[in-house]
Amino acid sequence: MAVGAFADRGADLELVGIEKRFPGFTAIENLNLTIPAGSFFALLGPSGCGKTTTLRLVAGLEEPTSGRILIAGADVTNRKSFQRPVNTVFQSYALFPHMTVLENVAFGLRRRKIAGPVAKAHEALLLVELDHLAHRKPQQLSGGQQQRVALARAIVNRPALLLLDEPLGALDLKLRRQMQLELKTIQEEVGLTFLHVTHDQEEAMTMADTIAVMNKGRIEQMGEPQQLYELPKTSFVANFLGQSNLFTGPVVSTTSTAIAVDVSGQKIVVPLERAHRVSGEVTIGVRPEKVILHAEAPVQDTGRNVLGPGRVIDVSFSGVSTQYLVDVPGVGTLVVFAQNMVFGPAAHVGASCWLSWNVVHGFGLDDDPAQSPRFEADLDTKTIAQQRRSSLLTELEEA
Amino acid sequence: MAFAAFSSTAPPPTTAPPPTTAPSTDPAARRRSPVALFLLLPGILYLVLFFLTPLVSLLLTSFQAPREFGDIGQYDYAFRWQNYVEVVTTYWPHIVRSFSYALAATFFALLISYPLAYFIGVKARKWPLLQSLMLVLVIAPFFISFLLRTLAWKQLFSDESFVVQTLKALSLMAPEAHVTGTAFSVIFGLTYNFIPFMTLPLYTTLERLDVRYLEAGSDLYASPFHVFRKVTIPLSMPGIVAGTLLTFIPAAGDYINASRDFLGGTGTQMMGNVIETNFLVLQNFPAAAALSIILMTVILVIVSIYVKRSGTEELL
Ligand SMILES: Nc1ncnc2c1ncn2[C@@H]1O[C@H](COP(=O)(O)OP(=O)(O)O)[C@@H](O)[C@H]1O
Ligand SMILES: [Mg+2]
Repeated sequence: MAVGAFADRGADLELVGIEKRFPGFTAIENLNLTIPAGSFFALLGPSGCGKTTTLRLVAGLEEPTSGRILIAGADVTNRKSFQRPVNTVFQSYALFPHMTVLENVAFGLRRRKIAGPVAKAHEALLLVELDHLAHRKPQQLSGGQQQRVALARAIVNRPALLLLDEPLGALDLKLRRQMQLELKTIQEEVGLTFLHVTHDQEEAMTMADTIAVMNKGRIEQMGEPQQLYELPKTSFVANFLGQSNLFTGPVVSTTSTAIAVDVSGQKIVVPLERAHRVSGEVTIGVRPEKVILHAEAPVQDTGRNVLGPGRVIDVSFSGVSTQYLVDVPGVGTLVVFAQNMVFGPAAHVGASCWLSWNVVHGFGLDDDPAQSPRFEADLDTKTIAQQRRSSLLTELEEA
Repeated sequence: MAFAAFSSTAPPPTTAPPPTTAPSTDPAARRRSPVALFLLLPGILYLVLFFLTPLVSLLLTSFQAPREFGDIGQYDYAFRWQNYVEVVTTYWPHIVRSFSYALAATFFALLISYPLAYFIGVKARKWPLLQSLMLVLVIAPFFISFLLRTLAWKQLFSDESFVVQTLKALSLMAPEAHVTGTAFSVIFGLTYNFIPFMTLPLYTTLERLDVRYLEAGSDLYASPFHVFRKVTIPLSMPGIVAGTLLTFIPAAGDYINASRDFLGGTGTQMMGNVIETNFLVLQNFPAAAALSIILMTVILVIVSIYVKRSGTEELL
């Protein structure tokens, strides 16, 4: 780390076979990750999936059980946190209570002997619109203000790699959008590398070049936001990043361009290049906004998949769109988002309807259908308990 | 612009609200105060009886003059301020010695206690059993009389003791040198006896220390040394101030460790010892009282400057 000067560009980060075990608990298993210099990388996942632990490993506040961490090509696994060219915006802010806001922000600059720390700290505070509170103590600020100070305290150092642990969680929507924009600008201006942790999928999708969806200590899928959204690989990703309608069934026929899946007697076609599995039991899906609601059975069209008849069981209006829940016997409950092109809902609760979508909008998951639940991401304790129980039962039967 | 437009259309500010809210809180406060006073009464009575009365009596005694043609130890109330001049001119080496010994003992106690308290309060958090065990060990000496423990050290430091004999045999000590009766042994005794008073307040502060601040410091390029100086020390200041006060104040007035019967000698007498001698042996009560007042005043001045300087008024 250079003393007395800012990083002139971002550094790439490489995690090789990282594993982190706490006594009696594996927080991260076999994590391999390469983040190119200058990219905005989002780590997205539910609470408790190991995001903070990953950042702490990179920052050097936690030692990996095994694996290596490389920053800008240099192995930093054995370097202490103060020797790494990394700064963190902590989820808990961790602002020094005995220092003023200004001293907090200037802390890193002073340690690195950067010229004019006070002026630079003021600049950073202006950026987060808190310069007028520079002489307050952190305890005298609101949660959102503290969070912005934490942001300023890290950004002011212009580190080659900035770690952000849910840095905008305590801000209201307007301020959050504004800060997102500021962050993106800073990142692009200097070409720094940002590793941004969040559980807000919208934030991840709007800001990041690359998103990695994390679940239970593993990365489920990684890619550009649009790619991840359009072609999820697992049911977890399909439901964590937006919503999905998922169906399971056996592959009944395969052509050179598509596979056909039997879903409770109805044939659903998925393009071959959008299917991760092409034989046996598979899980396929479609995004709710891609599905069209029909009042009558639509005419047969090889380009469209049709499900129905079903019954509308819930209609909820949300301004730009309306969400319909449709129960299709034998298939389950499907979600449909329809743009509000006309006044009032297009269908009412209890109405019978058909659903259709363009074949090219379907996707096939890589999950083992026997292991993945049908619709819900397996987050809630009830599902986990159920799974535990069924796996225990099968184990007992086998024994 | 938007703001300007907003304020120009806004109605003029009204001055009505405050009076409606202010009186509603006042009566409550007025109603509360007699109760509060009543509850404070036992405490106030106690202080008047056991602190203020002896203090006034001490002050009056310190200005007493010897009774004309009276016996030794017979004094009359007077305003003999010369008592103060006399004790200062006679005993100034003891006064200086008291405060330097107390300062040295406080310094060494802090030096020993801080790492100890840090270990118990921060490092041992993962092992609560070890934490409690070590705390018990810190407090354990209190189960044996302070006098007995000091006497035990006197035995250990005596000329015939194994320790001193060995040191002399190894030529680490001159054959005619002693340990007891030296400044070293008195400061050692003071340090030893007051270590729990230093450790416990330090422990209570360090136990609450949020290590995330230390991590943040480290993340912001501060080496362990800098994290300690810039984050740990300031955050543990309340414990440091409490511990040093609890050590310095009683150490400055201590008369056991420096006494000839324990670890001291003729050249190591502190204020406590001369107060004792004046009061019990010479029966010069005004001199003893004047010395006590001086001791108290100097401590008060030192402590208030210290607390002001360390900026912990709000933390205490
Ligand atoms: N020091 C620790 N000891 C034991 N378990 C821990 C420790 N730190 C984190 N964990 C566990 O590791 C998991 C991941 O935690 P974390 O990385 O904080 O999740 P996230 O930031 O994604 O919400 C959690 O289940 C948490 O309980
Ligand atoms: Mg977290």
